[in-house]
Amino acid sequence: MTITNEPGADVAVPSELITVIVDGVAIGVPKGTLAIRAAEMLGIEIPRFCDHPLLDPVAACRACLVEIEGVPKPQPACAQVVSDGMQIKTQFSSDVAREAQEGVMEFLLLNHPLDCPVCDKGGECPLQNQAMSVGRPESRFTLDKREFEKPINVSAQILLDRERCVSCARCTRFADQIAGDPMLELLERGAQQQVGTADDEPFDSYFSGNTIQICPVGALTSATYRFRARPFDLVSVPTACEHCASGCSLRTDYRRSTITRRLAWDDPEVNEEWNCDKGRFAFPYMQQGRLEWPLIREDGELRTASWPEAIDVAARGLQAAGKDTAVLVGGRSTVEDAYAYQRFARAVLGTDNIDFRARANSAEEHSFLASRVAGTPVQVEYSDLESAPTVLLVSFEPEDESPIVFLRLRKASRTGTRVYSVGSGTTRGLEKMAGTCIPALPGREADVLASLPADVRDALAEPGAVIMVGERAAASSGTLTAVVELAESTGAALAWVPRRAGERGALDAGALAGVLPGGRPLTDAIARNSIAQAWGLAESDLPRPGLSGVELHDAITEGRISAALVGGVEPADYPLDAVEALGDLDFVVSLENHHSAVTELADVVLPVAVVSEKSGTFVDWEGRPRPFGQVFRDAMMGSDAYVLGMLASALDRAQPSTVTDIRAELGRLGPWTGSRIPFEPARVDSAQADTTGEVRLDSWRLLLDLGVMQEGDPHLAATARPTVARMSPGTAQRFAIGTHVRIEGPGGFVQLPVELDESMIDGVVWTPMNSEGCRVYRDLGVGYGHAVSIAPATEGGSA
Amino acid sequence: MSTPLTPVITEFWDRPDLYTLDGYRAVGGYRALERALTMDPDDIIAQVKDSGLRGRGGAGFPTGMKWGFVPQGDGKPHYLVVNADESEPGACKDIPIMMANPHALVEGVIIASYAIRANHAFIYIRGEVPNAIRKVEFAVKQAKEAGLIGSNIQGSGFDLDVVVHSGAGAYICGEETALLDSLEGYRGQPRLKPPFPAVAGLYASPTVINNVETIANVPYIVDRGVEWFRGFGTEKSPGFKVFAVSGHVKRPGIYEAPLGITMRELLDYAGGMRDGSEVKFWIPGGSSVPMLTPEHLDLPLTYESMAEAGTMLGTGTPMVFDQTTSVVKAVTRWLEFYKHESCGKCTPCREGTYWITGVLEKFEHGHGQEQEMETLTSLCSQISGRSFCALGDAAATPYPAAMKYFRDEFLAATHTSADEQFDPVASYVFAGAAAR
Amino acid sequence: MPISDSTREQMREIAARYPSARSALLPMLHLAQSEEDEITTDGINACAEVLDITPAEVTAVATFYTMYKRERVGKHHIGVCTNTLCGLLGGDAVWDSLVEATGAGHNTASPDGEFFLERIECQAACTHAPVMTVDWEFMDDVTPGSAVEVIESLRRGESVQATRGPAIRDFQATERTLAFPDDGLADAPSVDDKMLAGLQIAKERGMTGGNA
Ligand SMILES: Cc1cc2nc3c(=O)[nH]c(=O)nc-3n(C[C@H](O)[C@H](O)[C@H](O)COP(=O)(O)O)c2cc1C
Ligand code: SF4
Ligand code: FES
Repeated sequence: MTITNEPGADVAVPSELITVIVDGVAIGVPKGTLAIRAAEMLGIEIPRFCDHPLLDPVAACRACLVEIEGVPKPQPACAQVVSDGMQIKTQFSSDVAREAQEGVMEFLLLNHPLDCPVCDKGGECPLQNQAMSVGRPESRFTLDKREFEKPINVSAQILLDRERCVSCARCTRFADQIAGDPMLELLERGAQQQVGTADDEPFDSYFSGNTIQICPVGALTSATYRFRARPFDLVSVPTACEHCASGCSLRTDYRRSTITRRLAWDDPEVNEEWNCDKGRFAFPYMQQGRLEWPLIREDGELRTASWPEAIDVAARGLQAAGKDTAVLVGGRSTVEDAYAYQRFARAVLGTDNIDFRARANSAEEHSFLASRVAGTPVQVEYSDLESAPTVLLVSFEPEDESPIVFLRLRKASRTGTRVYSVGSGTTRGLEKMAGTCIPALPGREADVLASLPADVRDALAEPGAVIMVGERAAASSGTLTAVVELAESTGAALAWVPRRAGERGALDAGALAGVLPGGRPLTDAIARNSIAQAWGLAESDLPRPGLSGVELHDAITEGRISAALVGGVEPADYPLDAVEALGDLDFVVSLENHHSAVTELADVVLPVAVVSEKSGTFVDWEGRPRPFGQVFRDAMMGSDAYVLGMLASALDRAQPSTVTDIRAELGRLGPWTGSRIPFEPARVDSAQADTTGEVRLDSWRLLLDLGVMQEGDPHLAATARPTVARMSPGTAQRFAIGTHVRIEGPGGFVQLPVELDESMIDGVVWTPMNSEGCRVYRDLGVGYGHAVSIAPATEGGSA
Repeated sequence: MSTPLTPVITEFWDRPDLYTLDGYRAVGGYRALERALTMDPDDIIAQVKDSGLRGRGGAGFPTGMKWGFVPQGDGKPHYLVVNADESEPGACKDIPIMMANPHALVEGVIIASYAIRANHAFIYIRGEVPNAIRKVEFAVKQAKEAGLIGSNIQGSGFDLDVVVHSGAGAYICGEETALLDSLEGYRGQPRLKPPFPAVAGLYASPTVINNVETIANVPYIVDRGVEWFRGFGTEKSPGFKVFAVSGHVKRPGIYEAPLGITMRELLDYAGGMRDGSEVKFWIPGGSSVPMLTPEHLDLPLTYESMAEAGTMLGTGTPMVFDQTTSVVKAVTRWLEFYKHESCGKCTPCREGTYWITGVLEKFEHGHGQEQEMETLTSLCSQISGRSFCALGDAAATPYPAAMKYFRDEFLAATHTSADEQFDPVASYVFAGAAAR
Repeated sequence: MPISDSTREQMREIAARYPSARSALLPMLHLAQSEEDEITTDGINACAEVLDITPAEVTAVATFYTMYKRERVGKHHIGVCTNTLCGLLGGDAVWDSLVEATGAGHNTASPDGEFFLERIECQAACTHAPVMTVDWEFMDDVTPGSAVEVIESLRRGESVQATRGPAIRDFQATERTLAFPDDGLADAPSVDDKMLAGLQIAKERGMTGGNA
């Protein structure tokens, strides 16, 4: 960008730039720039309502009219593509523009209620602000204003006050263009035009909350925030989202130590200006049902204890178990907390029995993560998705499992990126990306990947192609091996997308057996030396490779492990016996912020901070650090790292326990450039292939479900998708299934309404993994990719 | 000597079988098509260009030039869309053409499609006129059966499908880009331009949109030639026009005459004003163009002279009102129409028509306030030139035009209602017994 | 009342006319209305299903166009043009007489469900003002008296001939015509004296448009 102060002055601009003059000031802008953006670059603010940089221009509100030299009528700056030498005169230098804008503003206010004092938007309202700067002081309008019945619910969460709407169509364009959920539409015509939904179909979108944020007036509000606060009473703090690995930048607004709302922060490289409804609305858990004091088990019951007492009991118990302790970090910890866990395990307890994968996993996955992911620099970024000619998804449903990845893929698909998905059918998300399903039985993805159609293979060989594999691949043996082979043979970039916000960071921090911080092999002498040195230990003090995943689990159930230190895990993510097995241990310490299945069997429970009470870093699926600060600076609750520091002290060991100190230590370690753990391909487990007489279970967690961090907002919960079992008509026919199905596994059965899905392959039944009426591990005793039997539902047997 | 009438499109409307293929053929129908199919499509475009034919939908855009904008050899499908939405208050000539002489339209459609290399044509007819829709559908069906529509028409190698499409009640769908959205199954709201329809119209492909009468002219031009066509009208407004005269005249109806005929002449053909009445104001072509007064009766009805008089030829369907008419009431009614038909997309038109109509209704009831007359003027200027499409401009037209000639009537409406100023019954075209 | 399977089949037939199925939405809604006398949730859902779009997208369209009704129309739709020209030339009086004769109001049906009244906009028949429509067929040059006569004839079950168009059927039949315009009634009278006014003078006076 080049700026000069002389109108039309000869400015040196690179060839792809053209020169436009706004209010007498020349500026070089790229071809295709809109007049409103050119003005912005000069700091000239033209009023606007319908304009939104991420939505297609409509030029409907006419608030942005400007004068273009040589054009008789004023033109909308939001849709006017500039041409070389164009002279644009805004309200600051043109009476035509100013009068046009004032006229439009007068019209906009005509039917707008003057309820700013009770409107949620009051104080941060573009209409209010622009009315101040370009509006008339007094209204000439003396007739009756248009009236609508007071707010209507467009969904359980979103309310609409129609009389406040200015018909800018931002929300409806968002629903259609960005989310791909055209269920919020402009209805009626003329002065009666209004936003609304179909009679019996709410605005059912995981991204609905964004409409509130982009509404330039207070027409759209959330049931949660409505009337709760005034913007000017709020303190805003930037945060990173803790709910998934998409890595959204958020803003948390609070008042008097209570969070009132969260919004999407503008981060062009990651979430642009969007987030999902979970990230936006699922925060009440932080301020409800919290553990406040340490608990100690005494005579079988947990009782409140003081911090010194609890730390003492916990430290002694862990010390007694020493190397025979399992450290389970969970998928939600920050990089800093995960670092503290693995350091505590290795340096204090002397064990390498550590894993962050609090979910189905495999040795193959361990090898994949250790060799291909841990500590690697960014390999695929969001922007790469946008420019990729082809993206292949494997065991990954982005809309549910990483919603901002979904939004970016959908955006990409609208400009030509082809999306393929290896899965059991075409999901709603895949349909919205105009994607193609490459059918595979859950658990048999490896075979399908090995024999992909030639055109797909060729497409993956085009420069820029990307393969994205989800964490579910771990539950399907051979899949990650096949993915690695496919990436190597086609040259496609490979990205691993875990579901939880903490997984990638925990991996990088070394919270996995055999993998030291930065992806350093525990068996590598140089790595061992540098880590030992950093920790003030001798190389020989570092443990030998320990157990993780299935091996660790087996050791627990077989009694080879006697204690566990457990971070925040979500029991619903665990195959059932994994949690149960902890109950047989001699000693369990749980670091938690809410009661859980783990605290129920723990000997010591140590409360820890939630994200608003601490600072830290998440690492998103790209490998991009997402550092965040503390929202409540006076929060009393310590982070996991802080508590682990106390435990270490109690055992006369020191370890960094603040974010600053941990970051400093990580900084001193620097990235690992030495040799990496090699990938060990896995063989397909042919036992999994036997499906005679049964069907395979396909299952993943829906974005909105019974997750513990979604507790506390009934409006959000009410927008969750209904629990159904999906199968192909062929499957339903084969098992004579009618409207409801009984699905039975080794651990029990569920009965669910059936949704026939033409796109699904035969021999598969899909259920949500942790939704009302269907908690797969608990209810069936098996998970993704396993065989279950199905039959028509029995009467009265509803689960 | 007065300008003679020139029935061309209307020449055989008194033949009861004109709507049939045989009837139309008996009077020379489809001769032009036969000839066209032997011509180079570009030569047809050139011929229409040379004829100087201007769009009869209201804006008077040169038809040949419009066809010439369609990029050729672009590998994309091309479309012809006939605008048969005729919903402009006062316009009543396309529907009669379709009811009386549907094959002239169909023949024009085939020729125009051939010229612009469109293999698909759509005739978008407003839904409220089933009788025009069935007539055109019947003509299309007969043309299909006769091999005039279909694949390899008359062995020319040219393929064409024609679809007759029913609208559903929205004046805005006459606006060409709103029509396209409507034809694609959406709300009929106008589209952002550029891109223009000639480049990205229906289904984002090059599209020509023409009025019914415009297309109905085409066979006659191809059949009889440019010179013959230019023999009517003026240099800038060549040809003839299906004028539809309505209002307080003795014989309202269809009068086909050369462009350049005066309103006085047309009025004369229409038998003059009804007994004992005189022209108070008249509108040359639809409520969207400014009204004129008796002093303008001798102006030639051409695009250029109407523009000079500060109005437009528009649809060329003059409405004539006599002294019994309340201008306040007439203008209010028109604004009620624009308010009802505003699509709602843009602020000035949506809110402006709401406001203006509300104020005008006060005047109609004799409750206007004097300063509101200026408010109305400024509101109109707040819409004009600032709305998204020409409907807004149209809505901002009647009031300022009326104020120019009949300010006193609005002033009187600050205390006396329109009905008190002008007995509504006097304006009715029936009297006494018929009224009950 | 759910839309019948045969209607859905016909909706697919309409969709097949167009290069892009969604173009069929307007005629499809007419078809739904011909079955249900109004646009119902069932009609909207059926269109959405056939076109694979959301009910909200269909609702957005259905509520934009005035011909789609949100209340049962019943047997006959009666339109009276009350736009400026027709209204001032007598349409207003015609309207009043019909309100009185039927007990219906703007966009509502008479208590007996026979007549649904609507103040309609310009019908492209200004030469025939004041204009009334019965099931959207032209009843030109009406008076308050003749309009009420039409109503009474219909009530008595007598055949009523449109002035330019076929004998009156009912609202459903017309809505069907809008979806399937080849209704076999193309021979209905469609040209009248007013449409021939200029031609007759030209003939009398030997005026022509040049050689044929
Ligand atoms: C609000 C509005 C309504 C219109 N209605 C019609 C119409 O009913 N019929 C028509 O031919 N043109 C109508 N037009 C003009 C069309 O936009 C377009 O100019 C015309 O169809 C082009 O055809 P032509 O070049 O053959 O005249 C309308 C324009 C506007 C702004
Ligand atoms: S001027 Fe605006 S509101 Fe009016 S019809 Fe055009 S786009 Fe719609
Ligand atoms: S911001 Fe440009 S028209 Fe709305």
